[in-house]
Amino acid sequence: MLGPSGSGKTTCLRLIAGFEQPTAGHIEIFGERADGVPPYLRNVNTVFQNYALFPHMNVRENVAFSLRVKGMGRAERHRAAEEALELVELAGYGNRRAGELSGGQRQRVALARALVNKPRVVLLDEPLGALDLKLREQMQEELRSLQRSLGLTFVFVTHDQDEALSMADRVAVFADGKIQQIGTSEDIYRRPCSRFVADFVGSSNVIPADLVGAGAAGKWASLRPEDIVLDPAGQEVKVTGRFFHGRVTKLSLDFAGQNLTALVPAHADAPDVGETALIGWDPSRVHIMEEDT
Amino acid sequence: MSGTDFSSTAPAIFAPRPGILAGTVDWIIRHPRMFVFLLVLPITLWLGIVYIGALIALLIQSFFSIDEFSGIVVHEFTLKTYGELFRPYNLDIILRTVSMAAAVSVAAAILAFPIAYFAARYAKGKWKALFYIGVMLPLWSSYLVKVYAWKLVLAKEGILNWIFAKLHLTWLLDAVLAIPVIGGNSLSVSYIGTFLVFLYIWLPYMIIPVQASLERVPGSLVEAAADLGATPGQSFRFVLLPLALPGVIAGSIFTFSLTLGDYIVPQIVGNSRLFIGQAVYTQQGTAGNIPLAAAFTVVPIVIMGIYLWGARKMGAFDAL
Repeated sequence: MLGPSGSGKTTCLRLIAGFEQPTAGHIEIFGERADGVPPYLRNVNTVFQNYALFPHMNVRENVAFSLRVKGMGRAERHRAAEEALELVELAGYGNRRAGELSGGQRQRVALARALVNKPRVVLLDEPLGALDLKLREQMQEELRSLQRSLGLTFVFVTHDQDEALSMADRVAVFADGKIQQIGTSEDIYRRPCSRFVADFVGSSNVIPADLVGAGAAGKWASLRPEDIVLDPAGQEVKVTGRFFHGRVTKLSLDFAGQNLTALVPAHADAPDVGETALIGWDPSRVHIMEEDT
Repeated sequence: MSGTDFSSTAPAIFAPRPGILAGTVDWIIRHPRMFVFLLVLPITLWLGIVYIGALIALLIQSFFSIDEFSGIVVHEFTLKTYGELFRPYNLDIILRTVSMAAAVSVAAAILAFPIAYFAARYAKGKWKALFYIGVMLPLWSSYLVKVYAWKLVLAKEGILNWIFAKLHLTWLLDAVLAIPVIGGNSLSVSYIGTFLVFLYIWLPYMIIPVQASLERVPGSLVEAAADLGATPGQSFRFVLLPLALPGVIAGSIFTFSLTLGDYIVPQIVGNSRLFIGQAVYTQQGTAGNIPLAAAFTVVPIVIMGIYLWGARKMGAFDAL
């Protein structure tokens, strides 16, 4: 579930977990009615944004909590907790306190705690938000491969479009409390249904369709910044901004009064601010959106 | 870019502030150790001299004894006075007071928890203000007025009796008052009455710390417990109560020690049997037995020490 803050994705997650009750409509989890059912009667476990590890318990007791309240014996639940900790590569950390762990380790404990009970659905509320970039990318890959190997349904909330596109089988784009589009990552990226989706996922150039020569008057077109290339035979634009990003250089362009963003490879000789440049694009990369202007 | 020119040629470091006071303040701010020293200096002097000093004087007094014939304090070290505490009559006073303090603390914790939980979790804005006023309001009026008011409420001719009569429940009240030891002729002359008044006047001292400790328990922990399958009862037992325990202990320190030391409530509401506070009052006043009064005063200190040690052993402060 991808969307800007305040778009309703966390509320949606909390509805699935059972922390909130719907005021209208109903909720089904694998075909079973869930509205009106308290959280402790749902076979759904959550990895909280701030991890929500119990500070008065050690790691093992945290992970074994759901088994303890089910009435499982001490030895058995500790064995299960140890297995879950192995799964997240924290074997032997059982006796530590949550406070003694790093952010990434806490994250793994929270994950082990949510998995130990073998739930039908695992809910993850921006679980990587507090981690630094390097660790975040590593955890993304680990989470993804763990999800694949366990074959569990993960519902993952994030406001980071990279994270959503790279991790999800299906992405739901949220805005203003509504799902704007649901589809595979490629669907969402290649064929956004609205100006909002095009702009939010991948900061596309949203321009009137006839301006890019795609016909379809009265519709909006989406042209990805990386699809705009410097082309000596192309159209003339004025460079209004130039930002070096390492891998690419981001150019802000003025194209017949429309602002365009282009990402050109860093090795290309990018024009400077104030200069004019010639640009072009492959017409097949222009996507016309259903939404009217 | 257009508009105001923000380029500047002002110095990067400003000139020192003039004046001795400003100069001293600037110096202290640059020396954090001095700053901390100055912060704790007044309270250390106050505690060290006025408080600890008085306590030591009290302790010393308790090791003296009184000459039973002349009534004069003998300034010689002896444990005789402490021995007197273990006479059946005095031991009864101690047991009676400790039982009352324990009962009041437990009841206060049970009453305080729901209201504190409401205030910590659900009350926002003006409801929170209303909560604080509601809890604090009784503390704004005189303690004596409240206790005498309770005497009238609990008296045989009081409003409580009248309500029970109107509800045709006098039999119930009579049955309660017929219970040996804690019952009596009317509520105002029974231990039940003493208990109710103690509970009423010390309740705010329990609610506030419990509320403060519950406020520090993130809501997500309670949600996580439910999410992991804990029923409301299990959430309370395994998560909420252990995390709020420091607050409950803090509150019970107030309710317990205030009850241990009080001598006014049991004198106005209750029967004629003494509590520790009353014993201290009579020993140092009418009886003139300062050493025994001091020894009695040491009892609550020792009991509180044992209580805190036990609470610590049980892990009450682990979540701090």
